[in-house]
Amino acid sequence: MSEEALQHAHDEHRDDAASKLGMWLFLFTELLLFGGLFLVYSIYRNLNMEDFHAGSAHLDIFIGAINTVVLITSSATVAISITAIQKKHYRLAKNLLWFTIIAAGIFMVNKYFEWGHKFEIGLYPGGEMFEAMPGGERLFFVLYYFMTGLHGLHVIIGAIILGFVIKEINQGKQTHDNFAFHENAGLYWHLVDLIWIFLFPLMYLII
Amino acid sequence: MDDNVTSNPQKNFFEETEGRKGIFKWILSTDHKRIGLLYFYSIISFFMVGVALGLLMRLELLEPGGQYIDANTYNSAFTLHGVIMIFLFIIPGIPAVFGNLILPIIIGAKDVAFPKVNLLSWYLYIIGAFFALSTLVFGDGPADTGWTFYAPYSVNTSTNVSMSVLAAFILGFSSILTGLNFLVTMHRMRAPGMTWMRMPLFAWGLYATAWIQLLATPIVGITLLMIVAERFLGVGLFDPSLGGDPILYQHMFWIYSHPAVYVMILPAMGVISEIIPTFSQRKIFGYKAIAYSSLFIAFVGYTVWGHHMFTSGMSGPARIIFSILTFIVAIPSAIKVFNWLATMYGGSIDLKPPMLFALGFIFLFLIGGLTGLVVGALATDVHLHDTYFVVGHFHYVMFGGTGFAFLAALYYWYPKIYGKMYNVKQATIAFWVMFVGFNILYFPMLVVGIMGMPRRYYDYLPQFHVPNIISTVGSWILVTGLIMVIINFIKAKKISAKEAKNPWGGLTLEWTVQSPPTLFNFDEIPTVTSGPYEYQDKEER
Repeated sequence: MSEEALQHAHDEHRDDAASKLGMWLFLFTELLLFGGLFLVYSIYRNLNMEDFHAGSAHLDIFIGAINTVVLITSSATVAISITAIQKKHYRLAKNLLWFTIIAAGIFMVNKYFEWGHKFEIGLYPGGEMFEAMPGGERLFFVLYYFMTGLHGLHVIIGAIILGFVIKEINQGKQTHDNFAFHENAGLYWHLVDLIWIFLFPLMYLII
Repeated sequence: MDDNVTSNPQKNFFEETEGRKGIFKWILSTDHKRIGLLYFYSIISFFMVGVALGLLMRLELLEPGGQYIDANTYNSAFTLHGVIMIFLFIIPGIPAVFGNLILPIIIGAKDVAFPKVNLLSWYLYIIGAFFALSTLVFGDGPADTGWTFYAPYSVNTSTNVSMSVLAAFILGFSSILTGLNFLVTMHRMRAPGMTWMRMPLFAWGLYATAWIQLLATPIVGITLLMIVAERFLGVGLFDPSLGGDPILYQHMFWIYSHPAVYVMILPAMGVISEIIPTFSQRKIFGYKAIAYSSLFIAFVGYTVWGHHMFTSGMSGPARIIFSILTFIVAIPSAIKVFNWLATMYGGSIDLKPPMLFALGFIFLFLIGGLTGLVVGALATDVHLHDTYFVVGHFHYVMFGGTGFAFLAALYYWYPKIYGKMYNVKQATIAFWVMFVGFNILYFPMLVVGIMGMPRRYYDYLPQFHVPNIISTVGSWILVTGLIMVIINFIKAKKISAKEAKNPWGGLTLEWTVQSPPTLFNFDEIPTVTSGPYEYQDKEER
């Protein structure tokens, strides 16, 4: 078989439904990854009710709420961007993606100040304040760092993926009738948003 | 026309290099057959390392007291043996090798749904394997925790647990991607006319497996990450001295690792469901029952993890419920065995090597399954927990079951993939050597376990001496059989033109293409008009 024929045979196979199904299945695995953490959280919360309550009081609900609003808005802009590309509004689609990436940046900057403040006052594994806490409260903060840290990692990965979507729109690889990657990246971003929507009340609000 | 095709076959996938040279035509290729073979060669290599460690342990146990290796080395040896055999051989084994090689062809597709992701999962596998084996060289020696990495010991030991745990995490990711790929492939790429109820049972086995890989593996992934975090940051997620709960670790670990047992056995059952009808030349009995029982095993398999923890500290009612649920898993497994036997009944059974290994599978899996009920029962498990009975049980299921099915699959599909045929007579002899050696090796373990010999010690009391000698001799016989198998495959010769396409008279789609297959398997995607095992119809025609 010649090079061109091979290339042709490779290109021929395009199945958007398959790639979307694959993405959904991958999102299941992500949910279960965090699900394991939610399980550990709920069991330790049950065993250390008082300490988790005390730990939660150290968190700043205001910053958490701002971050929640930022993420939900960014989820909306991704969704609009996917509609925009289908209507051939490529510039709008890209701008909305940029908006989302900037929102991710705001989220991470907030996170930086939030964590930074805790590090300053010695509220980290090995820190003075942390080590003085009772066992349950330490568990709360270990889970806080682990879960919001893993989520933060997903925010960064999601933003990078959205960056690649912009690149592909520029290259003409994502078009109004071929936007599977764009849509899958959007789905991933919604997952990042969704997990935060559970993390926020679990960590900040429930007392 | 047909003769013309066999005398002038098209370029097969070995010859079709897609313009790549040397090693790159392997490690950059996204062809599912090349990836399957990459997996095959790597998995077999790691299997050899695992076998060598097993032999070393058996040698040490030939006499009571320490002979060749000290206690710590022995601890590392059984940990590494477990990690290699479980994560590098038996979990990826049949899905990654034969799933990749055969699945797309057997459902009439050109490739899997995501060929690049498929190659990525092989790379992840290799990275994971590197991490696992690097503990031999780097750090303070290989982990000595056992493959289960139980906290708090895994958190406190000075050995290189972090690397082993990260290896298991990466390998888990590889396994997830393979499962995801196969699921989408089966949902989207079956040949026209191949309804779910016409899909070959090997594919059904992989389908059920893929769901478990997808839904169970993330849990162990996050659990292992927590162990790593605990070790690096010195926090107490599972360490009781820092406020954690070690029993919770065991729950989290077995929530994955029990379903993982079905990741190991379901594809094996799928292989057996292919081989039995072909070599009985008879339509499979109870196709739907076999297909659905795979899904049923996958589903119930989720709910039984607690039977690993009967002696760990759980409430009485929880233990009883887990024990009952464990019994329920035996039902779909038995459904399969009875259906295989019913398929053979009245068939013209041809005892070729694949069939011999399939029958060996049924015999050994039966012992493994029934001893599984013994340890699944709450009352007997309290006595047998952590004895050699458990070791005997899972080697019967895993090696006697999945291991023999792996070889059965290899003997079955080898001519298709390589276009070569091994020496049938030597293969038959090798089977009997392996089968006899296997039982001599593992049956005494069941006996010595009931007598009370604990597992995971390099030493034992004098009254356990005789069964241990028998067992060690059995390990030598088994390895002799394995070497015979390997030599036979290496010396395989080009298959005759008459046999090339379909040496066994199988009816599934992979027997309709040339051996070795072309790059895209089919010149034209076939249309399926009947179920995969319509042997009786063939006779009528």
